Amino acid sequence: MRRIISVLLENEPGALSRVVGLFSQRNYNIETLTVAPTEDETLSRLTVTTTGSDRVIEQITKQLNKLIEVVKLVDLTEGSHIERELMLVKLKATGSQRAEIKRTVDIFRGQIVDVTSSVYTVQLAGNSEKLDGFIQAVGTSGVLEVVRSGVSGIARGEKVLSL
Amino acid sequence: MELLSGADMLIRSLQDEGIEYIYGYPGGAALHIYDALFRQDKVKHILVRHEQAAVHMADGYARATGLPGTVLVTSGPGATNTITGIATAFMDSIPMVVLCGQVASTLIGEDAFQETDMIGVSRPVVKHNLSVRHPEEIPGIIRKAYYIAATGRPGPVVVDIPKDMTTPNERYEYVFPKKVKLRSYNPAIRGHAGQIKKAVDMLMAAKRPIIYAGGGVILGKATNQLTELVRTLGYPITNTLMGIGCYPASDKQHLGWLGMHGTYESNMAMHHSDLILCVGARFDDRVTNATEKFCPGARIVHIDIDPASISKTIDADVPIVGPVDAVLNEMITLVRESKEKPDADAIAAWWKQIEEWRAFHGMRYETSPDVIKPQEVVEALWKLTNGEAFVTSDVGQHQMFAAQYYKFDKPNRWINSGGLGTMGFGLPAAMGVKLTHPDDEVLCITGEGSIQMNIQELSTCKQYNLPVKIINLNNQALGMVKQWQDMNYESRHAESYMGSLPDFIKLAEAYGHKGVRIDKKEDLEPKLKEVLAMKDDLVFVDIYVDRFEHVYPMQVARGSMKDMWLSKTERV
Repeated sequence: MRRIISVLLENEPGALSRVVGLFSQRNYNIETLTVAPTEDETLSRLTVTTTGSDRVIEQITKQLNKLIEVVKLVDLTEGSHIERELMLVKLKATGSQRAEIKRTVDIFRGQIVDVTSSVYTVQLAGNSEKLDGFIQAVGTSGVLEVVRSGVSGIARGEKVLSL
Repeated sequence: MELLSGADMLIRSLQDEGIEYIYGYPGGAALHIYDALFRQDKVKHILVRHEQAAVHMADGYARATGLPGTVLVTSGPGATNTITGIATAFMDSIPMVVLCGQVASTLIGEDAFQETDMIGVSRPVVKHNLSVRHPEEIPGIIRKAYYIAATGRPGPVVVDIPKDMTTPNERYEYVFPKKVKLRSYNPAIRGHAGQIKKAVDMLMAAKRPIIYAGGGVILGKATNQLTELVRTLGYPITNTLMGIGCYPASDKQHLGWLGMHGTYESNMAMHHSDLILCVGARFDDRVTNATEKFCPGARIVHIDIDPASISKTIDADVPIVGPVDAVLNEMITLVRESKEKPDADAIAAWWKQIEEWRAFHGMRYETSPDVIKPQEVVEALWKLTNGEAFVTSDVGQHQMFAAQYYKFDKPNRWINSGGLGTMGFGLPAAMGVKLTHPDDEVLCITGEGSIQMNIQELSTCKQYNLPVKIINLNNQALGMVKQWQDMNYESRHAESYMGSLPDFIKLAEAYGHKGVRIDKKEDLEPKLKEVLAMKDDLVFVDIYVDRFEHVYPMQVARGSMKDMWLSKTERV
């Protein structure tokens, strides 16, 4: 099952490589990984999406917790949560395609953030399925380049992951 | 205010940490540190002949004393040579700090001479690693390194020290921190009371209980608590290879150790139990055999300081995260206070069954009128040393024979590489023990394959006068490999025969030691007695043993715990 694990990590050199190393050493999957400092500059927030059986996910969270630089973590998929991913897509856009793409971008509530005579660059945020859906809708033949940020997530309601 | 260079701070921090011995080998990037070492006499340095041996020495010291060992090496090859030793300590959760020189920070990343990314290379085999970015950080980093190494589930910690962090003429204020606090590292200090209560209730209700203890009991210094709990309950106990000595082997409640080469009665009792109390062990594959066939009728209580060890391979019904000594203390109190008492009839019937199993095999082996059996050597050593020796081993058949036939009644005396299975461990580990236990008998039970993996340390033994006794069970083959080839590859002995063995007696003599060869059965005991009387000499005892002997019992691959070979022809 797909899980989103959110980690507060000491913002120190080498900490990220320890997390990534753990996944490869122990044969766990990483589907997406995002990391950036938080409002407290001594901490980074890392979000990893992974898949595995309950036993594997339990081991992943326990092994992550064992890393000295991991301060706290939560499996967001255990409760209701919000997940977002940012995508930038360059699309071939000439002639009648231009209006069609514009309509599709509107439907997906994206924005065209750069335009040339033959190319649109589209920005789209949402959960991963929505981004997949957009690519499907515009058709892969027109896609020149895709950049996805990986998933970031946060729990709904009052729950916070902090010190 | 006291101003010190980084190198002096490092050595001063070791002094303040109470470190008596460090094991190491100098080189370019570590020379400032070695100079600081030279200018003091509190921390003593032992110069090995290969960095791997320095780590095993520190490891042997740590296992025998329960205190963290310390290693000092240079960058590049000095550091990479420690990796096998660090991985050995990591797999067996041995507390240790490895200090590595590094090229100057200005050169890092430029493929400088003797540069290796030791932080990267060591990452998968350390509990943690730290790198020095400013000389002033050194005392804090050293304090933190020992704290992490020795607390919680212990393990090795590497500290990477670029050469410019130790420059002699750059001095900074020396402050050794009294306390370490890490917001992201807080090992449990007690177990969950509700879970402990539940576990005790299950213990009282069990009809076929067994206690399965591991190295965590020794590392957690909880052998007294374990012994008290087991005796109070009157239940059978088995332990892992790493747990040998956590409960007296000569006690009648002790069934010997379990797993691949464990006793018949241990494996049978585990398989047929209805409750397993696991204390500081980790359901390793050499214990469980096929996990899907593991102990079908047993409920499992698992006590461990490391939550990741719980339900990793075998699901626990009652997990208890905490230090074993504290948890066992609480259990003892609850057992004593409990209104429920164990079902005496059921427990008596269970013991009757276990005694039948014990009588059925009883660690028998075939003897021969003229060939020395390796088991006989170990039994003779046990007798002649009154079971009081420190015994280190290498890896292979001799390791299993040593563990099976030397009955350890005390912890910290059986010292082997259980997790990683590192050949070449035995001699340097024995040296680490002997250095701090000069009046105790220290035996290194080894084989002619393993001993050659760190034989150069005979030179270190001469330099520091370490009269260990090397017991070489010489079967002229890589015995365990050969046994597997006999059993699984129709006796095709691919590369398991070792031709051109050196004359070990002359070799020992060349290094300035004594050598004794034993190849006649009638000589075994008298000559071993002579050897043990040579208190001040390192004696290399080259014993020619049965070349065809196998280790039994041996679990059948992919079977349950009860599926075993008991001899070359007898399978149950």
